[in-house]
Amino acid sequence: MSDTDPILSGRDLVKTFGPVVGLNGADIDLYPGEVLAVIGDNGAGKSTLIKCFSGAHEPDSGAMKVAGQPVLFRSTHDAREAGIETVFQTLAVSPALDIAANLYLGREIRKEGFLGQVFRTLDKKRMRAEAGRHLQDLGIGTVQNITQAVETLSGGQRQAVAVARAAAFGSRVIILDEPTAALGVRESARVLQLIDDLRGRGMPVILISHDMPQVFEVADRIHVQRLGKRAAVITPQSHTMNDAVAIMTGALEVDEAEQALGPVRPVVG
Amino acid sequence: MTTTAAPDLAEEFGTDSGLVAKIQSTLHKYPYLSPLIVLIVAMIVFTLLNERFIFATNLSLMTQQTVIVGTLAIAQTLVILTAGIDLSIGAIMVFGQMMMANLAVSSEASNVAGFGWWAPFAVAVGVLIAVAAGAANGYLIVQFKLPPFIVTLGTLSVFTALSLILFKARTIQGPEMPEGLKVMGTSFKLGPFQIMTGVLVMLGLYALFAYILRNTAWGTHVYAVGDDPDAAELSGINTKRVLFSTYAVAGLIIGIAAWITIGRVGSASPNVAPNINLDTITAVVIGGTSLFGGRGTMIGTLLGALIVTVVENGLALAGLDQAYRVLAVGVLVIAAVALDQWIRRVQA
Repeated sequence: MSDTDPILSGRDLVKTFGPVVGLNGADIDLYPGEVLAVIGDNGAGKSTLIKCFSGAHEPDSGAMKVAGQPVLFRSTHDAREAGIETVFQTLAVSPALDIAANLYLGREIRKEGFLGQVFRTLDKKRMRAEAGRHLQDLGIGTVQNITQAVETLSGGQRQAVAVARAAAFGSRVIILDEPTAALGVRESARVLQLIDDLRGRGMPVILISHDMPQVFEVADRIHVQRLGKRAAVITPQSHTMNDAVAIMTGALEVDEAEQALGPVRPVVG
Repeated sequence: MTTTAAPDLAEEFGTDSGLVAKIQSTLHKYPYLSPLIVLIVAMIVFTLLNERFIFATNLSLMTQQTVIVGTLAIAQTLVILTAGIDLSIGAIMVFGQMMMANLAVSSEASNVAGFGWWAPFAVAVGVLIAVAAGAANGYLIVQFKLPPFIVTLGTLSVFTALSLILFKARTIQGPEMPEGLKVMGTSFKLGPFQIMTGVLVMLGLYALFAYILRNTAWGTHVYAVGDDPDAAELSGINTKRVLFSTYAVAGLIIGIAAWITIGRVGSASPNVAPNINLDTITAVVIGGTSLFGGRGTMIGTLLGALIVTVVENGLALAGLDQAYRVLAVGVLVIAAVALDQWIRRVQA
């Protein structure tokens, strides 16, 4: 696999929910090291599209590939095994549990030996130490707070925990679904900074957002979803925000030659 | 993008000030503190009202009065932590003990076949049947996505009826039963205290399940499923398996409680402990476990069960009528739920 092959791709994906068509032959490509923003009107199929890759939905038809290999995700667990971590809009954190327990929720570290294997006893010490390290890697949080319950955190801090969880375990791709929708200006800025940090570490990111200035600030390429399909892929350089809105609503169509269907970032390392 | 200097998050994670807020967040972090304080205060008050309350004989008696509700409340705690409720606990316990007793007694004493089985074998079968009953609850809840309230309301009736139909609603008296069935009711002297075997088993179960909840992946998953089932599912937890296993494990505890009940009561009757379901919920709630799931502790439930016994016993010794004792427990429950609601509002 060469550097210019997509790390994640979908072709002709279809997903229906009863009479409602979520995806109607959607394509998507994510290249190594880039931040791909996915935008679109309500009901355009943004969330449905990425949920196929995070394992929350299974497409009715179409082909999904990760690192060139065809994949089939039946659960979020499958997607995680393939190295794809998702920060869902609802964050999927458990408020009453502490930060360390949330970071390792569903993949707890067990003690070695008999206790761990037979009684599935947790290695809390190691989980706390490593959780603290992961948060510090992202420049968030201090170790003594790792036993704090997530519900005592602010919205931005919870987001940081969810992103830290994804960053800690995501080996191939991190997907963020509307990460700033519920946040204030300052907290949104921190999340954007986290996304930038992830890119700095060479981690490809898919960002779903309604916030156009934010998308144009952070994205390398912008995938515009419309009526369950990919309408166009543009870059912040090639088009303006008004163009993006026009594509979203169908007022503007872009020739394939003018689109940014291939990678635009020089691959690092 | 522009990078503003990230403010130190440690500062943001700081705690809030004010005594009330501090109490609130302390109770939030240690939910068993409030029942502990209530228990200690109640014991002091009742001792002042009547010094016989604190006598070793009365303290020993109170542990025995707590043992049935206390053991069953372990099962109820597990279920309530998953944001469920088990109304069939009492009915399964009764069914289990009737099964044990009828299997163990000789044919003329039995209502059914009268196998005269070796006591440990009869107990094992009774416990297994309780596990199966709990698993049946879990299966219906998980597989058909039925509310736990409805499923266990149904099995409450089913097992109550089965106890009456299969065992002809007849009490099996203590002298008819082999000693092995009644072993949980035996007791020994420890200083001035009279310790019942069943109480020790109950305390052992509390310690075991407190450890399991705190230190195993399964325990963490029980909390996570009760806290936010969607988040748990998206985090890769098999929520169905966790729920199913919770009800099955509850069945196991109920089975052991059935054996303890035979020992404590000294006979096996379908009419034993008629209010037991509500009593277990009372103990769990007073112990600081949230009915909305996701938060609570085993030690809290043990304290809650003890509080109910202490209040009833203490008020009786103070010369109050039964009706006032019921009233006091009712007030306690409402106070406990109000406190839970207040604690849940904690924000840093």
